[in-house]
Amino acid sequence: MMDFSQIIPALPALTDGMLLTLRLLGLSVVGGVVLGTLLALARLSDRRVLSGLAKFYVNYFRSIPLLLVISWFYLVVPLIYNWLTGSFEPVGAFTSCLVAFVMFEAAYYAEIVRAGIQAIPKGQVNAAYALGMGYGQAMRLIVLPQAFRKMTPLFLQQSIILFQDTSLVYAVGLLDFLNTARSKGDIVGLPHEFLIFAGAVYFVISFGATLLVKRLQKRFAV
Amino acid sequence: MNYHWDWGVFFKSTGIGHEIYLDWFITGLGWTVAVAMVAWVIALILGSVLGVMRTLPNKTLSGVAGGYVALFRNVPLLVQLFLWYFLVPDFLPESLQVWFKQDLKPATSAYISVVVCLGLFTAARVCEQVRTGIEALPKGQSNAAYAMGFTLPQVYRHVLLPQAFRIIIPPMTSEFLNVFKNSSVASLIGLMELLAQTKQTAEFSANLFEAFTLATVIYFVLNMSLMKLMGWVENRVRVPGLIGSTGK
Repeated sequence: MMDFSQIIPALPALTDGMLLTLRLLGLSVVGGVVLGTLLALARLSDRRVLSGLAKFYVNYFRSIPLLLVISWFYLVVPLIYNWLTGSFEPVGAFTSCLVAFVMFEAAYYAEIVRAGIQAIPKGQVNAAYALGMGYGQAMRLIVLPQAFRKMTPLFLQQSIILFQDTSLVYAVGLLDFLNTARSKGDIVGLPHEFLIFAGAVYFVISFGATLLVKRLQKRFAV
Repeated sequence: MNYHWDWGVFFKSTGIGHEIYLDWFITGLGWTVAVAMVAWVIALILGSVLGVMRTLPNKTLSGVAGGYVALFRNVPLLVQLFLWYFLVPDFLPESLQVWFKQDLKPATSAYISVVVCLGLFTAARVCEQVRTGIEALPKGQSNAAYAMGFTLPQVYRHVLLPQAFRIIIPPMTSEFLNVFKNSSVASLIGLMELLAQTKQTAEFSANLFEAFTLATVIYFVLNMSLMKLMGWVENRVRVPGLIGSTGK
């Protein structure tokens, strides 16, 4: 009844789709972690305004759906961008989605980093100060390396969630893995087979990665 | 740039019947809440059963629950939604298929798919929370219950679950909020919930900025009020004597 043989000729296109998914994932993780770390530092800062802003940012992005954020950055923000710069070049779906993911995920990474930093004993920071280090040095050389080590499993778990969430770019028609599978399946008239295949691939990658993270978790335990 | 700012757009006629744009948002919010609440009930019931199963001494039962969690947590929500909406109906018996595809309104069949999808998806998460809650209880609790002659079902009913459910309220709150946020995927199969109505308003009125701002505010306020509500519930049912029960 099911005919999976038609997936083979579609494999090059599906691979391209997966590459786009992975590129989006990789860039979003890097951008999200960098922005998230900055947000966590701001959140923990002594300056009320700074920590208030960071707190608002995190709460704000955690309370709205990712799809809404994607829509903002795909439909509305490019409009504002073109308006400010006076250019009429379209921003492009990939860039829009990337910015949306970075901004959105940063809120989640920020919470992970914050928890990681707060788990570092205060004596570490005091010792760094006693050695004459400044705030930047203490953070960069003492606190963050330890915090990141503790947080690696959580980072990876969040990134597995993000890997699955990248499929939401379907909403703006970007040809990621899922969307490629959907359109190929429609073209050859076997939408069910392609959908099952797509689901299976997502499952194998996510589940495999989850098992790996569990193993890492044991090794990374400080 | 010719953008016509108009914050009064929500009170303007949509041009369809006597509706104003605000009506669309209200209808959309109604669908969002209807999806989220029913999906949450499914998730809570199924997730609790699965969570209990995972902690049972019986290997088969805990294995089944573990497999369920692995499956539903590692396939993207959107893929699951497409499976429920496009694929599963084709495997139903003939009469049910006709009913689902022809007799039901398109909105109703989309609604059923989303609710089932989101309910089963969230159940896997609820299961993990319930399991964590049960496993977090000291072993002495169930041992003491057994020593008093409780049977296994009694241990769960009278000792483990009443405590576990109370200590997992904070993580359950975020799952509850996630259901509302995740319900926005329904817009991708044509259910006119809040996000879909927002996009439609943006398209019809050309007031993109206003439409998306209103939607964002609605989600934000909804989220914050549910969080407050759950905070209140948490306070009410807090287990006396635990660290969390003192202070604020």
